[in-house]
Amino acid sequence: MYIIIPSKDTVNVRGKISVCFSQPPEYTGKKIEKIYGIAVFYVSCIIYKAAGGKNRMKTENKNAYMLGIRHGWPIGVGYFAVSFALGIAARNAGFSALQAGVMSALCSASAGQFAGITLAASGASYLEMAVMELIVNARYLLMSCALTQKLDSKLSTGHRLLLANYITDEIFGLSVTTSGKLNPFYSYGIITVASPGWILGTCFGVIMGNILPSAVVSALSVGLYGMFLAIIIPPTRTNKVIAFLVPLSMGASALFTCLNDRDLLKMSGGNRIIVLTIVISLLAAIFFPHAEETDCTKGVKK
Amino acid sequence: MKNHYWSYILVMAAVTYLIRVLPLTLIRKQIRNKTIRSFLFYVPYVTLAVMTFPAILGETASKWSAAAALLVGAVLAFFGSDLMVVSLSCCITVYLVELFL
Repeated sequence: MYIIIPSKDTVNVRGKISVCFSQPPEYTGKKIEKIYGIAVFYVSCIIYKAAGGKNRMKTENKNAYMLGIRHGWPIGVGYFAVSFALGIAARNAGFSALQAGVMSALCSASAGQFAGITLAASGASYLEMAVMELIVNARYLLMSCALTQKLDSKLSTGHRLLLANYITDEIFGLSVTTSGKLNPFYSYGIITVASPGWILGTCFGVIMGNILPSAVVSALSVGLYGMFLAIIIPPTRTNKVIAFLVPLSMGASALFTCLNDRDLLKMSGGNRIIVLTIVISLLAAIFFPHAEETDCTKGVKK
Repeated sequence: MKNHYWSYILVMAAVTYLIRVLPLTLIRKQIRNKTIRSFLFYVPYVTLAVMTFPAILGETASKWSAAAALLVGAVLAFFGSDLMVVSLSCCITVYLVELFL
């Protein structure tokens, strides 16, 4: 167990993440700091270019970007905790910190990565890996379909290519529940603080294994669920269908999990999410079509 | 370090990215069909609800701390608390409950 002490440069490097560590013997943080520096530089170059190159970023985009950063930092902290666990799994499977970090940068999908790590460790074929990822991540297909409706139809392909890599449960949840059209810079703001949390958490999980006290890991791991609640609960006050759907979905999910635990049903966690989402949303759409643009997100305070 | 892991990572990344990028770049027009629009409108709420419960109960050291966090989070969110406040309150609830369990 190492004593947790904040030191000046660790705070600077990790910015929003307040959990800091003293250097363990096999500390390879210098490498990670370099990678993080390059990554942040690269991302800000893309954003700068997208914002119009030499011209200053439009005020509207800048405001959206700053709002994204403000809303995004709890995601970053939550990601750090979750991906720390992911890093420990990757370490046990024989991944290096660099490999795990690159994987997190390219995939940002908790369930998909967990599945991928397990398969890689068992020496699965590439086809198996591809099919597994397709199944586990199928819900992102639905999310992508929903998100594209939130975007201006004239939004350039460049923005779409960048946004696509960050359709995660949390970033999607925040992006899709904004009122009106989504300004991509809002999402970029979230990504700027959330993605490093995810990548660094994975790397540190590999490097430091089980150093973080388990009580802290346990407490941090509900942070993401707290965010989900803050997204789905407020609209239940103004939209009766959602007020009905949220408890129904939770109940159905609990029932399926229960059946699964008792071997009455063979369905993976990923499949349960896909099947229930499609069935419940489709039934709701058929029987209670959503009245256009009665803005039920008004009640959402973020 | 196992070098063949790099190709696994490449496969994972390619499949995951394709799933996300295809609808986002190929579907550009507004979908007019009311049922599809309603379906896509309900998807985030249903999917987040399904993912939250009962998964949250297995996430912490004890079922009861997670259940307490769920309750605290839901009540705070219902009465309009800030996203960050809800999230942190959940974390603190778990920490406190596990302190006394």
